[in-house]
Amino acid sequence: MTVDDRADGLAARIRPYALTGGRTRGNQDLALETIVRTTPQGRAAQPRLLRESAHIVQICAEPLSVAEISAHLKIPLGVARVIVGDLAAEGLVGANAGANTASTTQNRPDIKLLERVLDGLQAL
Amino acid sequence: MGSRRSDSPVVTSPTVDVPLPVKIVIAGGFAVGKTTTVAAISEIAPLTTEAAMTDVSVGVDDTTGAEQKSATTVAMDFGRIGLGDDLILYLFGTPGQDRFRFMWDDLIRGAIGAVVLVDTTRLVKCFPAIDYFEAQDVPFVVAVNCFHGEVAHPVEDVREALQVRPDVPMVLMDARDRESVRATLLELVQHALVRTAS
Repeated sequence: MTVDDRADGLAARIRPYALTGGRTRGNQDLALETIVRTTPQGRAAQPRLLRESAHIVQICAEPLSVAEISAHLKIPLGVARVIVGDLAAEGLVGANAGANTASTTQNRPDIKLLERVLDGLQAL
Repeated sequence: MGSRRSDSPVVTSPTVDVPLPVKIVIAGGFAVGKTTTVAAISEIAPLTTEAAMTDVSVGVDDTTGAEQKSATTVAMDFGRIGLGDDLILYLFGTPGQDRFRFMWDDLIRGAIGAVVLVDTTRLVKCFPAIDYFEAQDVPFVVAVNCFHGEVAHPVEDVREALQVRPDVPMVLMDARDRESVRATLLELVQHALVRTAS
């Protein structure tokens, strides 16, 4: 292992949470499948956003999950959750957590939703 | 009875339509074909996301030292299937090794259910997954991975060996075959429907 490798490794470990001001929890408890889409306000705000936020606003012109954002930006899930939570709080992205909310019974999809999934899979 | 049910999701925005996500967990032992299964039916090449242990362990063991934040990371492969314009199904492969089970609570929250992949030559590898889903009351089906439709043991022998309840569906599946994977997912959704309705 060279000195450079070590330096890179260190930077990779420290930097993600530096992006979030050291926070590991966002304002919103976002599930990894929560789908995110940029709002018109988000598009307008893109030029003034920090790099990662601007990148998210750009790629979420098409709906993407928090997990996909994490994969595309190569940032850990926890970091993606915090940044997306902040963007959602500012109204720059919309988000849909689906069945993963406190309002659903035992956090499970209800019958109506399961029937939609069944129909969708049968139509594939 | 006094309790008001809230229909509003955690996060909403009135200014943009966001599709509804649903997810299915693909579980099983290490190298049993989880990513192959995801790849067979996903409309995108499977992606990998990395989670740090602190992402999910906050409140359980509060690690305040920054040096511990990246102590354990785990990579997860996943794919997606668009179901119409307003519904997206995500398939998440569980991290194989037992020591990554800290991720599972997060993965099953809000999930339709799970597919437990079984390799009949290494049955014991899927025991942790079956134990976990039974304990958490998560709907699951057992998919016995077979190649070219060949399987070493009859499905009911596998059920006996795994001690799986009679109401848990067991299917043969070729993880490389889209139709076969689709049939397994349909079996799971039907099973979840029956359980939700009863």
